[in-house]
Amino acid sequence: MRRKITVFLIVLVCFLLQTTLFQSISFLTVAPNLLIIVTASFGFMRGKKEGMYIGLLCGVLVDIFYAQILGGYALLYMYIGYMNGFFRKLFFPEDFKLPMLLISASDFIYNFMIYFFLFLFRNRLDFPYYLSHVILPELVYTLLMMIVLYFIILKINRRLEEIERKRAAKFVS
Amino acid sequence: MARVKRKNKTSIPSKYILLALTGVCVLLMFGSFTFGWVSGPVGDAASYVFIPMQRGLTTVGNWISDKTYELANLKNVMKENEELKTQVDQLTDELNTQKLEQYDTEDLRALLALDEGYSEYNKVAASVIGKDAGNWFDTFLIDKGSNDGICEGMNVITGRGLAGIITEVGSNYAKVRAIIDDMSSVSGMVLSTSDNCMIKGDLQTMDERQMITFSNLKDTDNKVSVGDQVVTSYISSEYVQGLLIGYISEIHVNSNNLTKSGLISPVVDFEHVKHVLVITDLKTTTQDQEE
Repeated sequence: MRRKITVFLIVLVCFLLQTTLFQSISFLTVAPNLLIIVTASFGFMRGKKEGMYIGLLCGVLVDIFYAQILGGYALLYMYIGYMNGFFRKLFFPEDFKLPMLLISASDFIYNFMIYFFLFLFRNRLDFPYYLSHVILPELVYTLLMMIVLYFIILKINRRLEEIERKRAAKFVS
Repeated sequence: MARVKRKNKTSIPSKYILLALTGVCVLLMFGSFTFGWVSGPVGDAASYVFIPMQRGLTTVGNWISDKTYELANLKNVMKENEELKTQVDQLTDELNTQKLEQYDTEDLRALLALDEGYSEYNKVAASVIGKDAGNWFDTFLIDKGSNDGICEGMNVITGRGLAGIITEVGSNYAKVRAIIDDMSSVSGMVLSTSDNCMIKGDLQTMDERQMITFSNLKDTDNKVSVGDQVVTSYISSEYVQGLLIGYISEIHVNSNNLTKSGLISPVVDFEHVKHVLVITDLKTTTQDQEE
């Protein structure tokens, strides 16, 4: 329960920051994608199922407030969370390279999917342009934000796991 | 087999949940695409939690962006600029209304009842409280909803001209699609010649040159020139007529030699839009009268 509430709060704060503060201080008209960081991090830290649920939550929020059709972003975020879950076995908290790689890949796939379904299908064919003007700037900015946000999430997760372990130990004894 | 497995593990494997949730999402997408489902009560419930916080945070964000802006510019220059801007707004507004009225005296135009400048529409003021989570589209939320009499399809303007249209309404918020959004299209009219054209938002031209595109302009007399005002057209089914969209900044003839297309620089500064006006008069279409 404690975990659920904490995770919900993290998602909520990130969603709010992403749609308000970061939009008004965005530079080069590009804002970072904090929700991807949250979804992907919980995916590879906690596994497929949790990544999936958190992805779904993020996606549903974006869908409700900003999407034209419901369900699209939910689907996208959910799969990203799930896919990141496959890398749980390779994940070590001390290693910074894997999270960076996974979050970059997630952000790239996320934006590529949006381009593919919502732009390419409407005859916007100039992919190199969109790559260099939307996808890559967002990727770089997201990675910059990740340096801060990832460590916060890591710390919160570690603390939660500690509490859970203590509780479990209490139950056994 | 599956049953035995489930009993042993006492929880469903994640891939089945994923599959089920995928099904739900696809169903939702299908539903909202074909039947126009909106988030409804769920969205309303969520909005009561999120909207006040978004409003607060946007204020903070605006404050920060204002401060950085002030640092970059001298304070009094900005003030003067602001004053001049409001004056320009007023004047363009006046000019626009006057131009509309002037052209309206011509007989052809009198039939189309173009004399309604923006001042004759009923308006509700609202603040922008949040912008699209991604970088692909230009939609934003405003802090007025169905409780304030806003409904879907109403036009949103700033002091300068057309900003967008309301695409979804919750009880205390509304979703606005800006005219520079890649999926937006507005039926426009060149004020000087009253030729119609289609104005479409385009991420690429907007990013490169802060402009949106127009197409299908039938200008057989070659009278339309750079700098002409473009307003919403009387044949538009969604937008009330006579709202200023922008100025033509580039024209070229299409390869079919019949129509022209080009670029329009919109009058609204979408990067810094904070307060908007919602026109509460809906465009009522009388399709059988036209043509």
